[in-house]
Amino acid sequence: MLHIPQSIIDEMTAHARSLDPVECCGIMAGTTSGENAHVSHIYQIKNGDNSPVSYFMDPKELLWVHKNMRSNQLDLLVIYHSHTHTQAYPSATDVRLAFYPEAHYVIISLEMKDQPNIKAFRIVDGKIDSAELLVVNPSSK
Amino acid sequence: MPINVRIPPPLLPVTGGKSEVEATSSNIASLLEELETNYPGMKERLCDEQGELRRFVNIYVNEEDIRFLDGKETKLNEGDEVSIIPAIAGGS
Repeated sequence: MLHIPQSIIDEMTAHARSLDPVECCGIMAGTTSGENAHVSHIYQIKNGDNSPVSYFMDPKELLWVHKNMRSNQLDLLVIYHSHTHTQAYPSATDVRLAFYPEAHYVIISLEMKDQPNIKAFRIVDGKIDSAELLVVNPSSK
Repeated sequence: MPINVRIPPPLLPVTGGKSEVEATSSNIASLLEELETNYPGMKERLCDEQGELRRFVNIYVNEEDIRFLDGKETKLNEGDEVSIIPAIAGGS
């Protein structure tokens, strides 16, 4: 199961809202133990497409994030982006360009502006599977 | 001192789980061949049928994108660090 602290969910939501109607994108990293992935870091990454219908993570920032994760011994756990006008479900383009089968793909939909909808998926060999996402409140640890 | 090649998570199955491998090639084109020899299946993941680097694969030498250097002819020297990073992209 994917565990994400509320504070990181809040940061992703603020990131999505700040760029709306342009799609936001980024990476979450942390540690894995057995079937559980625990997110501890979020990296907002520039959307090189600067588009309301697509994203392309800035390659230079992506290189920096990979190095930072490596030096902090973090696993890449989540690839997130926003859908500013459609539901929280991977598009055909999302599936075609899903090169990280071990990662969770998290989509935040701003289709209903007052109620962001956040869903997690695995995309492996072109197949979409819903994944369980548990939002963790640090004070309840 | 060999060249250090950093392998991204999606390609770890090809290297048997090794996130860093060593190489001795003198440029990127021969590095791609060397990786294919040592880790069969690597080249088709990185290059298209014409042998050109796939659009959604980025290769960096010491943090410089080879597309802004000499592409596949980019020279490699002892101690260089090569990073392979698949693009992350999508659309709604």
